[in-house]
Amino acid sequence: MSKTPATLFDKVWDSHVVRKIEDGPDVFFIDRHFIHEVTSPVAFLGLEARGLKVIFPEKTFATADHNTPTINQHLPVQDPLSANQLKALESNSSKYGISHWGLGNPKNGIVHVVGPENGITLPGMTIVCGDSHTSTHGAFGAIAFGIGTSEVEMVLSSQCIMQPKPKKMRINVHGKLGKGITPKDVVLYIISKLTAAGATGYFVEFAGEVFESMTMEGRMTVCNMSIEMGARGGMIAPDETTFAYIKGREKAPNGEAWDKALAYWKTLKTEEGAAFDLEHHFDAADIEPMITYGTNPGMGMGITKHIPTAQQVGGSKASYDKSLDYMGFHEDEEMLGKKVDYVFIGSCTNGRIEDFRAFASVVKGRKKAEHITAWIVPGSHIVEAQIKEEGILDILTAAGFQLRQPGCSACLAMNDDKIPAGKYAVSTSNRNFEGRQGPGARTLLASPLVAAAAAVTGVVTDPRELL
Amino acid sequence: MAYDKFTVLTSAAVPMPIENVDTDQIIPARFLKATERTGFGDNLFRDWRYNGDGTPKKDFVLNNSIYSGKILVGGRNFGSGSSREHAAWAIYDYGFRCVVSSFFADIFKNNSLNVGILPVQVSPEFLDKIFKAIEADPNTQLEVSLPQQTITILATGEQESFDINGYKKDNMINGYDDIDYLQAMKTEIQSFAAKSLY
Repeated sequence: MSKTPATLFDKVWDSHVVRKIEDGPDVFFIDRHFIHEVTSPVAFLGLEARGLKVIFPEKTFATADHNTPTINQHLPVQDPLSANQLKALESNSSKYGISHWGLGNPKNGIVHVVGPENGITLPGMTIVCGDSHTSTHGAFGAIAFGIGTSEVEMVLSSQCIMQPKPKKMRINVHGKLGKGITPKDVVLYIISKLTAAGATGYFVEFAGEVFESMTMEGRMTVCNMSIEMGARGGMIAPDETTFAYIKGREKAPNGEAWDKALAYWKTLKTEEGAAFDLEHHFDAADIEPMITYGTNPGMGMGITKHIPTAQQVGGSKASYDKSLDYMGFHEDEEMLGKKVDYVFIGSCTNGRIEDFRAFASVVKGRKKAEHITAWIVPGSHIVEAQIKEEGILDILTAAGFQLRQPGCSACLAMNDDKIPAGKYAVSTSNRNFEGRQGPGARTLLASPLVAAAAAVTGVVTDPRELL
Repeated sequence: MAYDKFTVLTSAAVPMPIENVDTDQIIPARFLKATERTGFGDNLFRDWRYNGDGTPKKDFVLNNSIYSGKILVGGRNFGSGSSREHAAWAIYDYGFRCVVSSFFADIFKNNSLNVGILPVQVSPEFLDKIFKAIEADPNTQLEVSLPQQTITILATGEQESFDINGYKKDNMINGYDDIDYLQAMKTEIQSFAAKSLY
């Protein structure tokens, strides 16, 4: 009898099941656990209350990101509550022997940026973090997803969580992307087609020519946003692009360990004929620069289009009306030419070096629009250093922009970087929820190219006109 | 954390017929700075519930005294967005023990079960019936039976079954949690880890 062809997801999932519970979840083993200051303190309190230890401290990494200021990081953190959370992360890490990259550490940055750039994230791993955008790490052919604080406590104490195995979806994008079309546009396009709940209950594999020819950073952007269509996570089979990215990074295997790992990584692909519960196909030629007009990431459209009507969107008319009312938009309105107040480039979605290169490619030789406030925030200190070394900072400075220090920043506005009520922000982050970037803030999600075009023209602009 | 046992809950319900209620609405990020898990109920639905000056918004359902109860009934795709368990803590802290919707986001559903809130997923038709019943009478009593896996509109007797996996059901009925289970299989986990590539 021949063996049933397996998917990439099955291979990684099944090899991490410690025990199957009948009519219950799998006891699922976790290779890497990332923690940050917001979702971990209560988990450590739980450990203490139960008198438990961290079972494998070497499998957990801590970094400070959600609360950190993006200016004057050398000074004490002003907000006492933020300072308290940062302190708790530091002391818990030290107490339990966990590696900690706090504020001021040269490796500090957003958890989903520093994991890959330091070689902590590897193919075939299972990775969790108390943050929904853990799905980012799926770009390496890992199963990576966000968990709640009770689960953080489970992983700290047992290196396992109790998870039902999700269903499998494959999303294929065929063909070649046009000029000025970025990975962010690809994923915003997919979410606009599937809706913000279109992949709930599924784990997604992204496949096809578009992803095969994408860089690792682009793949991270796509997998990062897979949670925004409701998926538990997204993943892409590791290939030569993946291996080349990993090789030589600080915590990546080397020598004999590299050869052994590489041999295993090469087996991590979906076999011909393997079954998915659901499959979607899209054509790259249909994708243009994207922008959102509503209050969830599924409410997106091609930048040259008009806002779709309630009827075209489907679902509840009351929810649609509430959303457009919050944004100050109307049905069938054009987005091009709309005045923008703020531009934010950064976050775990678009805070990597390629994103700043893209931003600079539009900005070069132009000036910042006078009324625009731009927050340019690298995802890590390593990215910040690259921005300086590659001359991108000079381009930004000449255009009238300033560079800030790394952190999550205006993506979720837990620090001082809040978009004021009623103001419009073109943001390269991942969520346009009501109040996400500050109470009353109005967020238009877009790629770094669209953000750059808005930053120099002051209005929503098709970046292809500036390339 | 061990939590209250859940068997049968009979209560009036608070209706929130909005789709895609995301975790940033349930508890905005600026309230995630605590290092303990209590006290989040005051800021549940903060920006829908209060004006900027802290006065309650009259037209928001939690500020309308005709609605009360331990059951929150939400629209499709409830709990989308962040993995912040604070959203579930806020709902629990406010006094809800059950959330009903026609569709839940995965992480929110897991988080709810882990903190002792029962997520009950019903058909869109039954959800509509519940909203209509509450609209007709704000005191409409719903009965949620975890042992039977049913939800009933008591006034009309209309009932629907809901799914929950057997393991989670037993945990909720008995007030156990996953950490108890995992601690009991530590040796098995350690020998699994010894064979792990990473």
